[in-house]
Amino acid sequence: MKSRQRTKRKPLDLALAAVTYIAAGLTVAILLLLIGYVVIQGVPNLKLSMFSPRYTSENVSAFPAIVTTVELTLLSLIIAVPLGVCTAIYLTEYARRGNRVVGLIRITAETLSGIPSIVYGLFGMLFFVTALGWGFSLIAGALTLAIMILPLIMRTTEEALLSVPDSYREGSFGLGAGRLRTVFRIVLPAAVPGILSGVILAIGRIVGETAALIYTAGTAAEMPTLTGSARTLAVHMYTLSSEGLHTGEAYATAVILLVLVVGINALAAFSAKKLTRA
Amino acid sequence: MKTATREKLVSAVFLAVALTSVAAVALICVFLFASGIPAVGEIGVFRFLLGREWSPTDVPPVFGILPMILGSLYVTAGAILFGVPVGVLTSVFMARMCRPRLYRVIKPALDLLAGIPSIVYGFFGLMVLVPLTREIFGGTGKSIFTASLLLGIMILPTIIGVSESALRSVPQSYYEGALALGASHTRAVYFTVLPAAKSGIFAGVILGIGRAIGETMAVIMVAGNQARAPTGVFKGVRTLTANIVMEMGYSEGLHREALIATGVVLFVFILIINVSFSLVKRRSKQ
Repeated sequence: MKSRQRTKRKPLDLALAAVTYIAAGLTVAILLLLIGYVVIQGVPNLKLSMFSPRYTSENVSAFPAIVTTVELTLLSLIIAVPLGVCTAIYLTEYARRGNRVVGLIRITAETLSGIPSIVYGLFGMLFFVTALGWGFSLIAGALTLAIMILPLIMRTTEEALLSVPDSYREGSFGLGAGRLRTVFRIVLPAAVPGILSGVILAIGRIVGETAALIYTAGTAAEMPTLTGSARTLAVHMYTLSSEGLHTGEAYATAVILLVLVVGINALAAFSAKKLTRA
Repeated sequence: MKTATREKLVSAVFLAVALTSVAAVALICVFLFASGIPAVGEIGVFRFLLGREWSPTDVPPVFGILPMILGSLYVTAGAILFGVPVGVLTSVFMARMCRPRLYRVIKPALDLLAGIPSIVYGFFGLMVLVPLTREIFGGTGKSIFTASLLLGIMILPTIIGVSESALRSVPQSYYEGALALGASHTRAVYFTVLPAAKSGIFAGVILGIGRAIGETMAVIMVAGNQARAPTGVFKGVRTLTANIVMEMGYSEGLHREALIATGVVLFVFILIINVSFSLVKRRSKQ
């Protein structure tokens, strides 16, 4: 009886384990294939002319795109981080439990985080570009992306604030500090690593974004100005690959993007580790 | 007394800032619907949603987005077909079968997979998957199949992440109880832990559907983008998202409004998916 059971059980066990390992192996293999392919095709195409300060149709310089990426990232963060952090502070430190407004804010934030980037792009085009009459501009792109990353900043900040022990707050109140002082002097500093990892994740999303930018910041390959059209690296790569004339440069841009993403992920992991240690 | 009024003021300021996200959603709804709905009225709801022909430059133009709606649905279904089995099995591996040392390598790898820009996925699809599909299955290689495969890869990190945390939140006593009744490790995981995490995993799948249906840049590079009802798995297809990106640049008048209305349809799909996601998540919490 016992032995029959064992022979019956074993093949199924083996099969399930095998399928599991195969699936996990497949996932990792896909990642390796993707990164390996882009690096092998892209690294030989990294030329110094790609980093010349001006874009011409001959050098296809990515330099203006790099500057645009940095500026757009900073602008979006400057807009979204204060809004997101203050919202999280309101939700965790000020709002009373069961407050209806809190529910509304949570629902809208969840809605925002599910909206696809092309819909953000459409909205940005309709509102900032057309209705406000700003045209394709860096600022229109930055505001669109700021709305896009707002829920991410909110959620990570909220988690970080919630993980600050209540004894910190009680100690501060006990020493006679008001709520505002407690929040900014005690709670917020303790939550900084968590907020930082949210900011880093947001940077990752901005750097990789294309669909929300094509019809807000536009695709001009010039050095960025606040009110002028400019393209980020990802948009640069999109235009190169859709034109189909500069495949080598597109690969090289992909390598730059990959390096950025790896760097951003490493930073996020580092700050998360700091968070768990704190 | 003075501090009390100040605290009240500060609280009001925080509340005002916190309402930004509410204002953002309201603005997005107002602008999308106000710009898209009139076009739908002009074209006719049924002719727009169920029209089989999309010829915006014909005289008179014809705006039917059924091919694109079907395109989005097919491609998303395909992505689920590829992505869910691999994703769920990988999450089982991550949560229950993985040594800690290996986990420390694979987890960052998955984060990387999630962080790679969609344009890089699209380019990879164009350069690797499209020729591969062309070699093996014939045709141009830009097809429902290729787009599904690529989207299936892209939604892996989402599905793995949500399923893994669902699996981890199953009480350890379930697993131990199964072991005590004589089940092997694999059986305990697959026949007690996995079913217990069912609704959490389902929430992950819904989130993956949302990602897949909203994905734009990767899809337009591998799907072929023909604006007609797809006739086969290895034929080209155009999604709702692709329709917007491809034609918005040169469209004007009613054509432009019809594209915005395409965005509205996509937005409504996403809202439905979001609502079902929160319903499932709420149920999984109970």
